[in-house]
Amino acid sequence: MTDPLVTVEKLRIGATTDSGRKVEIIKGVDFEIAPGEIVSLIGESGSGKTTIALSLMGHTRPGCEIEGGTIRIGASEMTALSNRGRAALRGTEVSYVPQSAAAAFNPSKRIMDQVIEIAAIHDLMPRAEAEKKAVELFRALALPEADSIGQRYPHQVSGGQLQRLSAAMALIGDPKLVIFDEPTTALDVTTQIEVLRAFKSVMRAGGISGVYVSHDLAVVAQIADRIIVLKGGEIQEVGGAEQILHAPRNAYTKQLLAAFEPVPHQPQAQPAQSAKPKPVLEVFDLCAGYGTIRNGEPTAKILKDVSFKIERGRNLGVIGESGSGKSTLARAVAGILPAYRGGVMVDGMEMKPDLKDRSKAELRRMQMVFQLADTALNPAHSIGAILARPLTFYEGLRGKAREARVTELLDMVHLPTSLRHRLPGELSGGQKQRVNLARALAASPELILCDEITSALDTVVAAAILELLKELQSELGLSYMFISHDLSTVEAICDDVLVMYKGEVVEALPAATMSSKATHPYSRLLISSVPQLDTGWLAGLEQDPELVAQFANR
Amino acid sequence: MPQSLLPWFLVIQRLGIALLTLIIVSFAVFFATELLPGDVAEILLGQAATPEAVAGLRSAMGLDEPAFSRFIGWLVGLAGGDLGTSYVNNTEVVDLLSGRLSNSLRLAGVTTLVSVPVALSLGIGAAMWRGSLFDRVVTVLTISVISVPEFMVATLAVLIFAVWLDWLPALSYGVDTSSLGAMLKAYAMPVITLSFVISAQMIRMTRAAVIETINTPYVEMALLKGASRKRMVLVHALPNALGPIANAVALSLSYLVGGVIIVETIFNYPGVAKLMVDAVSTRDLPLIQSCAMIFCVSYLLLITLADLIAILSNPRLRR
Repeated sequence: MTDPLVTVEKLRIGATTDSGRKVEIIKGVDFEIAPGEIVSLIGESGSGKTTIALSLMGHTRPGCEIEGGTIRIGASEMTALSNRGRAALRGTEVSYVPQSAAAAFNPSKRIMDQVIEIAAIHDLMPRAEAEKKAVELFRALALPEADSIGQRYPHQVSGGQLQRLSAAMALIGDPKLVIFDEPTTALDVTTQIEVLRAFKSVMRAGGISGVYVSHDLAVVAQIADRIIVLKGGEIQEVGGAEQILHAPRNAYTKQLLAAFEPVPHQPQAQPAQSAKPKPVLEVFDLCAGYGTIRNGEPTAKILKDVSFKIERGRNLGVIGESGSGKSTLARAVAGILPAYRGGVMVDGMEMKPDLKDRSKAELRRMQMVFQLADTALNPAHSIGAILARPLTFYEGLRGKAREARVTELLDMVHLPTSLRHRLPGELSGGQKQRVNLARALAASPELILCDEITSALDTVVAAAILELLKELQSELGLSYMFISHDLSTVEAICDDVLVMYKGEVVEALPAATMSSKATHPYSRLLISSVPQLDTGWLAGLEQDPELVAQFANR
Repeated sequence: MPQSLLPWFLVIQRLGIALLTLIIVSFAVFFATELLPGDVAEILLGQAATPEAVAGLRSAMGLDEPAFSRFIGWLVGLAGGDLGTSYVNNTEVVDLLSGRLSNSLRLAGVTTLVSVPVALSLGIGAAMWRGSLFDRVVTVLTISVISVPEFMVATLAVLIFAVWLDWLPALSYGVDTSSLGAMLKAYAMPVITLSFVISAQMIRMTRAAVIETINTPYVEMALLKGASRKRMVLVHALPNALGPIANAVALSLSYLVGGVIIVETIFNYPGVAKLMVDAVSTRDLPLIQSCAMIFCVSYLLLITLADLIAILSNPRLRR
């Protein structure tokens, strides 16, 4: 066996919190990476996967520090080097592909200057040669207009292209090891496929070793030879990709895999009613957009004639990629963004387009839960105050009665009453999202608009939130309009699905048969692009190139 | 609109806003001076004047016309370069101002040349070596300078350099400025005092703006490409901090034209600010109005320039 390229022994990394307390975030980690091997670090947020990956470059984020252990890359020992010595290895021996290329490219410099910067910093080759090499890499990464794309600024190319350009930036100095830090997490599924393929082929062609950090097992299955499962700064399990996916030994790995299993949704039993009940939400020919309004129409029209119905007690999923208008739809229905044409009917009563013109009783029926609980909850208010406000606003509750109701709401979302006095910043992501949900419940709504409410959460936590939604539905007879880009989440909770593309509903169909019965080409493309827990999925995937060219935002 | 024209559209829009602001300010200046107590004709003629004489002077000076028509007349005059005639000594305001303004601008120019490069390098340096001894020394010094009033700095400077050491003249105007050395000597103390006052704010704002861009992912990316600290800050962070830095510099410099009254008084320097204070004590309305307009124009020029730099340094708007 050849010598490993990377050897990490007893790595310990500590962090100093804002209050000055010291905590150990990596608690003695050992692993090796062979030349040409791609190893994945997988785990939920806070598991230390990014911290370990960055430490391979001798870098720790502010406040963190390598406290012990050794990191050897090739002939050099990262941990023993000076800052200058580490800088000399960055880009030439080890390089980095960031999570968000959109944020990692300097907005004020041309792409080419940034891609070949490694060559300039380390004086590897003359500029003309570096540019030639960059163009070759652009071709290898299947970027369009390889000769001229470098002359653009970062805001002039798409997200998927930027992510591949960042790989070119990492490969320009012929590194032996490339670190991928969740490089496809911010991308749409149809874009993700192309990026993954491009990464895989250049890495294989160059025989380069890789560290692939991700929280998504299905993505990792496509690219990694070996998987390291992390939790709380400790390795839980190490194994080949096949073994981890099909024969996990560790309890935590099993839990991760279980959260991935689609849980088919059981529709609510419809109560027998004499007359046909009115749908809880009916939307017809809804048009909305942004920008200055001329002749009653905004300059940027987003939603185009959207119509649908949600029957009482049933859930509607809205799926689509970024820019499809799904969040705009929720905002228009809620009245945050007044629709300029079409109508919204709740329980058979027509709503005014603008939130400001709706009565309290109308507002009460329909509540919205936002994606990021971090920004939706006022960081200066206690949880009790956050929940008390809508109670006073809608029901005029005060004093003891209000306090009792706050306790009841916390109980409904399975949070202890003691959290009442805490601030949002002291809660975990899942807890915050529960508070966010409890705030919507405070109005005793009939319909809740959920805008990507599980997208920012770890798989296991998100699964628990979905469980809670189902439970609340059966207790309170709620209906959900559930917006998500994640098809399996929608399958797990919804009865019907709308597929949106560029502001239009391209298909409406039952969630249960979504995968098998979708007929619109875009729905089929979207469904077939969702990564499967199967190491051969990407290699075996065939998509009609014409279809891809037509619909994917590449 | 074609993409390439967008920045120029923004530039023209910005200039239009500046012009509009100027008109609004001229309105405010004119009517604010109208509100000053006392009647010019009475003051000019003294207590012994007969009512007939006062009325005659009023109509001769055009003071009995409605305020609004006088405003329009004044505005039209301003646009044509006619600032009016001083009530007090019957000379053209332009003549009174021109010498004073060039004095003020010379002092402001020298101070800018000295303070801006020093302040920017100190601010960028403090951001580059954040948390180091250098950073802490700079931070402590800027805070102490901000907290010390300028008359204190000026008085101390006179005490040390003119009285004790006898290196520099205590007065800046009317002394020998024929050679470069002599000129530097004459300007040294007001320039040092003013630089102290305006640099502190520039240093702090520059440091904050650069630190904010240092904390962005693209600067971390530069670090992970093996870039040195210098390269990270100068090549990656600084170009993106130009907008806020230009604004901070403009705000500080705008102080140099109108706000330097204390320094002008202590060093007996005949600048515009001192002229305006004198004009207020003699109720010389045309002179007051002209001075106020000059302060406003210089302020608007600086702020507009800073905004134009911010617009043109952003590639999203430039292309």
